[in-house]
Amino acid sequence: MEKLVIDAKGMHYTPLNKQIRQAVAAGVKEIEINNVLGQRFIANGLRGDVKITINGIPGGDLCMFMNGPECTVHGDCEHAPGNTMDGGMIIVHGSAGDAVAHSMRGGKVYVRNNIGYRGGIHMKEYESKKPMLVIGGTSHAFLGEYMAGGLILVLGMGSQPLMEDRGIGSGIHGGEIVIRGNVSDRLLGVGAIKTEFTESDLKRLSPVIEDFCSRFDIDPVPLMDTNYTRIVPSSSRPFAGKYTWE
Amino acid sequence: MTLGSVPLRYKVSIDHDHCMQCMRCVDNCSYGVYRVEGDKIIIDSRKCTACHRCISMCPRDAINLQERPVDYRSHPLWTAEAREDIINQARTGKIILAGMGNALDYPVIFDRLVLDACQVTNPSIDPLREPMELRTYLGKKPSRLDFRKNDEGDVELVTELAPNLKLETPIMIGHMSYGAISLNTQLSLAKAVTEMGTFMGTGEGGMHRSLHPYQDHTIVQVASGRFGVDIDYLERGAAIEIKIGQGAKPGIGGHLPGEKVCVDVSCTRMIPLGSDAISPAPHHDIYSIEDLAQLVRSLKEATEWKKPVFVKIAAVHNVAAIAAGIARSSADAVVIDGFRGGTGAAPKVFRDNVGIPIEAAIAAVDHKLNDQGVRNEVSIIASGGIRNSADLAKSIALGADAVYIGTASLIALGCRVCGNCYRGLCPWGIATQRQDLVDRIDPEIGGRNVANLIHAWTLELSELMGAAGLNSIESLRGNRERLRGYMLDEGMLKVLNVEPVGA
Repeated sequence: MEKLVIDAKGMHYTPLNKQIRQAVAAGVKEIEINNVLGQRFIANGLRGDVKITINGIPGGDLCMFMNGPECTVHGDCEHAPGNTMDGGMIIVHGSAGDAVAHSMRGGKVYVRNNIGYRGGIHMKEYESKKPMLVIGGTSHAFLGEYMAGGLILVLGMGSQPLMEDRGIGSGIHGGEIVIRGNVSDRLLGVGAIKTEFTESDLKRLSPVIEDFCSRFDIDPVPLMDTNYTRIVPSSSRPFAGKYTWE
Repeated sequence: MTLGSVPLRYKVSIDHDHCMQCMRCVDNCSYGVYRVEGDKIIIDSRKCTACHRCISMCPRDAINLQERPVDYRSHPLWTAEAREDIINQARTGKIILAGMGNALDYPVIFDRLVLDACQVTNPSIDPLREPMELRTYLGKKPSRLDFRKNDEGDVELVTELAPNLKLETPIMIGHMSYGAISLNTQLSLAKAVTEMGTFMGTGEGGMHRSLHPYQDHTIVQVASGRFGVDIDYLERGAAIEIKIGQGAKPGIGGHLPGEKVCVDVSCTRMIPLGSDAISPAPHHDIYSIEDLAQLVRSLKEATEWKKPVFVKIAAVHNVAAIAAGIARSSADAVVIDGFRGGTGAAPKVFRDNVGIPIEAAIAAVDHKLNDQGVRNEVSIIASGGIRNSADLAKSIALGADAVYIGTASLIALGCRVCGNCYRGLCPWGIATQRQDLVDRIDPEIGGRNVANLIHAWTLELSELMGAAGLNSIESLRGNRERLRGYMLDEGMLKVLNVEPVGA
């Protein structure tokens, strides 16, 4: 069996996940879940090589601890999709709530529209694992707070001004936040500094922009310039100067 | 103007009549107190932390150590420590960091509680000839059991039981992360708990591969930094613990300084070498009791509801109400960490001033959960300053199911509670990542020492129970009739729900 279709109408998340896990174990490569309405934890802790399509609105912690699968949501997402995710991909054809990609350490989360507060909070990288959060629209406050690695890219399509919320990168000590257009200094959190977005940055990130655009059928050309702000940590040890010994 | 130096904290001296110049003190001191010049050992007492490594290694008992050899003008309020903290902060303008647990002289409630024994009217039990049941199950207990008769006439259990942890003794080792402590320390603890049929916490630092053989005796921790947390890690542990707070520093997060993030620590935590490992104060996906329930269920869902999930909180003013919320979150146990709980490093002002004693917290939580009829929904694990089997027995009589020990297990490995863990130079090889120091612990011997300690306390607990005429740990749990308060005020007795001595 190559493709499984599940009707999730009125279904609790535990039997739903059980069905997904059994299917993946049996070698199913494609799962379509219809009538999803608020079921939390879908694909939680799931491993394997499978493509999941969710039609509807999944509940919180979508794909938490997931490692491997690719999950496409045709709808908006609740709280914390990609929470502590390890690998794989989430593609949201809509907006998502707070704490998107919380503590994510690998894989990609693409959100077509906007996200809530604390997006990409405490994302971290290690060796070859570099998590990536790309947002088509804009984000609320505390984007990339305590960020310890990886990339957050905000493309700002359809919003003017691009970023209005403060606390960007508070306590950031690794990784980078790249935001379309100019970002006012007053929006930066403690420990975050702006650097120039150069041609080489554009070259480095253009595959990411192109991939994002191709997933949502967007023309990437208007985004291919250096009109971005790059926000990085002022130190990898933001709290080093705060303490004295007894 | 200069503040000059403060007086020596410790004064080290060598009795040259006894010293045979073996140089073990020089080799053993990682703080650099001793150096050799010509044929003389020169002492720099200012570097001493009173860790006692040199004293314990000296074959001739030739080393002497004196605390505060220089007197200040005595004053009951302006203690030497109060004055020196001000001098330190006048110099630096910074937050003072300190190691180990609360160092203020608060009264110890355990020492104001006495246990009971049988005389005449009911016989005591001799654990030598009677079985003593110390086995403890942590996790949800059903409020009722349903049975059915099968075709062969046998009775079968219909009620689905939640997964529980089975402990052979109600003593576990609390969460101390790899990074805060060394690998050989964790290995020693792991060997001990495996031998004794109990469990240890991994702390928030992932699980080093050397611990995998002992994983069935580990409780893995998920804290706000999510260091080392992935699905493999969650599946390895026998249980999962969400750390909300810690008794030594309630309300704040943790920072593992970059100096302690070596190659192996970086790999286990999954962060770059030398970067600070910052755990934020709250979990940023938990801003309410409903969010906590979501994380508990998320962890259960990820591990297919096979593992108990614990929630650890610091004992704070409203601990009972908070625990009652946790009991409704699907969690299987609540861990309460009292204000004497240890730590590698904490701001001194928090360590010494924030939180409440574990004795009061256990009693308040047990009472509240019983009142609300949900005591069976969660087990209570107590920690923070359990020094001996008497503290253990009293904790259980106040309502705990089991305890976590931390500092006590480290003392079994050599720790002398010098409180300099945050410096990363622990000469006992415990709170350090420097390989030559780590190598000072042989996990075989260390494991033996820690297992001995757990074994000894277990024997003493059996004796105490037998003397009280109890042959099962369930009969001691929450049995306040077996406790009396000695010189405790009426308010405290009411919180503990304990009668005074003589009553």
